[in-house]
Amino acid sequence: MEEFAALLDALVYTTSRNRKLALIADYLRAAPDPDRGWALAGLTGGLDFPAVKSSTIRGLMMERVDPVLWTLSRDFVGDTAETASLLWPEPKTQAPGQGLTLTEVVERLSALTRTTAPIELPALFDRMDAKGRYALIKLATGGMRVGVSARLAKTAFAQAFGVAVEEVEEYWHALTAPYDALFRWAAQGEPAPDLANVPRFRPFMLAHPLEETQVDLEDYAAEWKWDGIRVQLVRAGGETRVYSRSGDDISATFPEFLDALPVEGVLDGELLVRGSAQGGKAGGAASFNALQQRLGRKTVSGKMLKEYPAFIRLYDVLLLEGTDWREAPWKSRRATLEGLMPRLPESHFDLSQLVEAEDFAALAAIRETARDEAIEGLMLKHRTSPYLAGRKVGLWYKWKRDPLLVDCVVMYAQRGSGKRSSFYSDYTFGCWDGDPDAGAELLPVGKAYSGFTDAELKKLDKFVRQNTVGRFGPVREVKRELVFEVAFDSVHTSKRHKSGLAMRFPRIHRIRWDKPAHEADRVEGLRALIKD
Amino acid sequence: MTAPFSWIRPAPQGIYVAPADIWVDPSRPVPRALVTHGHADHARGGHGESIATPATLAIMQLRYNTREGARPAEYGETVSLGGGVTATFLPAGHVLGSAQILLEHAGERVIITGDYKRVPDPTCAPFAVTPCDIFITEATFGLPVFTHPPIGEEIGKLLKVLQENADGCILVGAYALGKAQRVIAELRAAGLHDTIWLHGAMEAMCRLYEEHGVALGDLRLVSDAPSKEALRGHIVIAPPSALNDRWSRRLPDPITAMASGWMRVRARARQRGVELPLVISDHADWNELTATITQVNPQETWITHGREEALLRWCQLNQRRARALALVGYEDEDD
Ligand SMILES: [Zn+2]
Ligand SMILES: [Zn+2]
Repeated sequence: MEEFAALLDALVYTTSRNRKLALIADYLRAAPDPDRGWALAGLTGGLDFPAVKSSTIRGLMMERVDPVLWTLSRDFVGDTAETASLLWPEPKTQAPGQGLTLTEVVERLSALTRTTAPIELPALFDRMDAKGRYALIKLATGGMRVGVSARLAKTAFAQAFGVAVEEVEEYWHALTAPYDALFRWAAQGEPAPDLANVPRFRPFMLAHPLEETQVDLEDYAAEWKWDGIRVQLVRAGGETRVYSRSGDDISATFPEFLDALPVEGVLDGELLVRGSAQGGKAGGAASFNALQQRLGRKTVSGKMLKEYPAFIRLYDVLLLEGTDWREAPWKSRRATLEGLMPRLPESHFDLSQLVEAEDFAALAAIRETARDEAIEGLMLKHRTSPYLAGRKVGLWYKWKRDPLLVDCVVMYAQRGSGKRSSFYSDYTFGCWDGDPDAGAELLPVGKAYSGFTDAELKKLDKFVRQNTVGRFGPVREVKRELVFEVAFDSVHTSKRHKSGLAMRFPRIHRIRWDKPAHEADRVEGLRALIKD
Repeated sequence: MTAPFSWIRPAPQGIYVAPADIWVDPSRPVPRALVTHGHADHARGGHGESIATPATLAIMQLRYNTREGARPAEYGETVSLGGGVTATFLPAGHVLGSAQILLEHAGERVIITGDYKRVPDPTCAPFAVTPCDIFITEATFGLPVFTHPPIGEEIGKLLKVLQENADGCILVGAYALGKAQRVIAELRAAGLHDTIWLHGAMEAMCRLYEEHGVALGDLRLVSDAPSKEALRGHIVIAPPSALNDRWSRRLPDPITAMASGWMRVRARARQRGVELPLVISDHADWNELTATITQVNPQETWITHGREEALLRWCQLNQRRARALALVGYEDEDD
């Protein structure tokens, strides 16, 4: 456990990607099995200990530390795990570590229930120093935030053992932590894991933003970019799985697909919920807000399945009945997919239609109407492009519709976490509920913490500190005078805000230091854009 | 009959002692000032008269060109201020020359600590616990998350990284008054006798420390290095502001370290791009603050600057009378 804690700590203080890679690779080479497998899972968010939540940790601390001192400390440090690791009363008798291996820690954490966690965790904390406790809490509650993406971890793994990162990716998703077969193959030179009958994830092909590029429609086919979630449907060895874009297995959330695919293969598409907002045949699809009802659930009720039935709008085929189509040009894959459609149940699948246009200008005109269709924009795919993992230049482009913009007034600010824990970087903003010159009030309409530069953040932080008119715990209320031009993708009804609406993907587009607050937009204007 | 302690008045710009018409650590020029120590948030130029320890006066002369009206007071010396008030200077253990000031008037005793710490420091005299009625304490690290590890551990960490990186150098950010000299003295005590290279801003203060009897060993200026190569395998000390500045580009593959109590919090270290955080502080940590209040055992504790809310809460939980003074202009970001 000390080695893992030291690795985490070193990663925290390392900004260089190469040094991060070297740190992880060194650890993976030196650590024993299965510790290193668990470490890899921990770093990439592949571990889940449902009995331990951030609130469990807070509860434990409240029993030992005065609540006011806890809150002041947590607010200053900006991270619950770190605050708890520092505030935990240092055990008097035992030396740090006490020989607990990472594997033992993982086993103990997995055995915890909500009832036993508050009893067992203190015993674990007592056997560690602050660094160890920090690692333990991060491991238990997830969200390492040490700047290690799954991709970086896989690259470090490949670097540690001199294997190809693409191969690591392929096997990774087929195996579960602590990835014994992966280490046997890479570290001990054993044959690669046999995955023929495993319904495993294949890395998605992704698109670059089109930006200023113009393409020739002779070379590129256009199709809508639907506003759902990109999924991969895999059937092998008689078993079907649904994977999200990051490769997470979300089959349990969408059980309606487990018996829906009558062929073995790997398909790429957009998961949507039926409704009338999004075009296409078979009744179309509802907006993203409807899909939201289905996301993130570990079990799904029959009622949910009936009220929000999901289907997949297919984009591409990677494998089909023993043939790997990934090397084939897009047009052959498209023909294969079109040929497959009649064999698939219409209740669960439809085909993403191509958008036909005379030329690029005509296509641009069609894209202009995309907002009404409540879709995200257009995809442009080179007709000869193979299906390659990741983002490759010149093959696929996404051409998102322009964001919607609204002028809002900053109302509250809160400190960020991690790097930003000393800055007020999370903002809540509002629009007027009527004529501001006739006494209208601001109603909060959204929250954003991105879209500005570091230099702008400094200025905003200063603004917040100099214009604070009230404090509620970590939140500061500010003078209502600064206007943000907020960009967002769409707006929906919501019970969370008093304004009755919520924006999707709000981000700060411009800070309007120049604009007087009373010129900001009104709630009614936003409400008119709702497309539920 | 006047109310108890009405002769001492906290104001935003410092603490005012009315019968003697004198200020303690005022943040703007005044005719008469008592100065606890040389840090910029406590000592300023332009006072008519400055009463402080000889070392603090020397620091003030160096930094703020204070010559006129310098009136030295040795540790343990009691100075009569007029109006029936006396001041006694007692060691605070913070930096060279740092003092707590004991003010007495009509049988009432008030101590103003300035900044202080309780752990031994080879560059200054240790804090003297002294009984008083009102104890006016700092609270820079007044949150229970702040516990400074023994300095030996942090110096050991620095020496280990130095050894592992013989082909680069370690750039240590340290406050130019106090922190830098303490780190150097501790490195010497730990057996490092090699040249330690300095940023130009460190030179004069290091010389002043040596003149006051603090041996710092072989120190040289980075600007005098014959080549970049000469710095490989060495420690370079610079003010924190130079860490991510163009200045550091002249160093060979530096690892950025910083010696500060704030390094206890990961986000603080990351913000400054620090790769090797060294939790070394010249201020009392949470345990030192609370232990000091307990030992001094005053009737009332006043808190000047720092995380006063938490220390106030602690006093409340321990049935101690306390209040926070809203002083402006005090904050030791680099400590
Ligand atoms: Zn100081
Ligand atoms: Zn200070």
